[in-house]
Amino acid sequence: MKLLLDSTRCQGYGLCREPAPELIDLDEWGYAQVLVSHVPAEGAGVAEEAVAACPNSALRLVK
Amino acid sequence: MTGVRSFLPGEQPGMLVSPVLGAEPHRGAEDLAGYLAVGGYAPLTVRDRLLDRIAAVGLRGRGGAGFPAAVKIRAVLDAPGRPVVVANGEEGEPGSVKDRWLLRHRPHLILDGLRLAAAMTGAERGFVYLSDTRAEQAVRHALAERPTHVPVGVVRTDHTYVAGEETAVVRRIEGGPALPTAKPPRPYEAGIGGAPTLVANVETLARIAVMRACPDAAVAVAGAHLVTVSGSGDSAAVLAEVPAGTHLKVLADLCGHGRAEAVLLGGLSGGLHGAGWTDLLLDHDHARAAGGTLGCGALHFLHPEDCPVAVAAGAAAHLAAQSARQCGVCVSGTGALAGTLTAVARGEADDAAADRLRRWSRQLPGRGACGLLDAAARIAATLLAHFPGRVDAHRDATCAACADPALLDARRFTVPVP
Repeated sequence: MKLLLDSTRCQGYGLCREPAPELIDLDEWGYAQVLVSHVPAEGAGVAEEAVAACPNSALRLVK
Repeated sequence: MTGVRSFLPGEQPGMLVSPVLGAEPHRGAEDLAGYLAVGGYAPLTVRDRLLDRIAAVGLRGRGGAGFPAAVKIRAVLDAPGRPVVVANGEEGEPGSVKDRWLLRHRPHLILDGLRLAAAMTGAERGFVYLSDTRAEQAVRHALAERPTHVPVGVVRTDHTYVAGEETAVVRRIEGGPALPTAKPPRPYEAGIGGAPTLVANVETLARIAVMRACPDAAVAVAGAHLVTVSGSGDSAAVLAEVPAGTHLKVLADLCGHGRAEAVLLGGLSGGLHGAGWTDLLLDHDHARAAGGTLGCGALHFLHPEDCPVAVAAGAAAHLAAQSARQCGVCVSGTGALAGTLTAVARGEADDAAADRLRRWSRQLPGRGACGLLDAAARIAATLLAHFPGRVDAHRDATCAACADPALLDARRFTVPVP
């Protein structure tokens, strides 16, 4: 699965990192940076939590 | 005034000098009679196997990314739905003039290429996308007199750095602003109105039309490049057509930049190249292997009196100003890069500035919706890689070149369309 960030939607809320720090980091301005775009099957749960955490729907998980 | 010169070998069919235009390319604009007389708009038959030939000669797109043209055309052909084709003539690089020159002077060649793209993909409609007023007049005139084919609309946009990016093209043609969108989907999957859409640079389409008319010369036509050469010194900028494998040093000498010590590749997108630039060959793969990109073929040569720090600061400042301001990381990233490079140029940077630039140039590429942020990051990365001593020297002494505020913006890169 691929974790995709639409950087035009990322407003830097920073809520996505909390459930998935191994997949997402925040840069020095607070914007999300996807560390692992090809998410292994065992990471699907936390990736879905990160997607759900974004108030602006900037993250997508694509099969 | 920008010159127009062909450096192709004698018999090779080119775009700047042709039987249609005669020996004075920059004065002429082709008309239908002239274009038909050299075999233009001839029907495409299955026996032409044009798409196979484009694949066989390895034609690369000329908008900047250098993606294989046949792969893109096949992707549109294979996607479900009735395709749309677009001739993209909006060149946002201030140092490039080739696309506007082609639209102004060879509108039939481009429309013929667009017709062939429609025939290859099965598209039933097309668009020409541009910002230049004279180009629009030439294209509308050519559309009015061309043989009937798929309907083609002309869509005008404002002239900005990102307006020619393929998702911005789709968004503008759909009636929106000319701003990039997140990928996927790419236009070949879902473009105008959701239809698979071929967004092809006008030079790419022109090369396809010449390859169809001159099949025996297809390899040479696919390998040749239109380039816009500029730099400091007294030499006027030149729009040139060069054969495959041209040495950058040979081109610099031919265009009056024999003293050049460095080059800014690909408009503002391909980075600064110092020692070793004279060994570079003019094609996408060599530029990439050298850590740069050929982009749209705009080359800006730096002479001994130029300061690479001033060039980098000016380029980054232009990119920061041209950010579409959609992606927070681009607004912050280009702003930080440009601000720090300007501080370095003025001798006002702190000791950690080079480290910050180095870190940003690693962390920022690939994170914006388009390539603008990548371009700014590459400017910083290549400045530090090729000119570490020149960067350091700005901490100890005032740089005369950097003291001129006019050198810290994009004016020096802007080339007038011939």
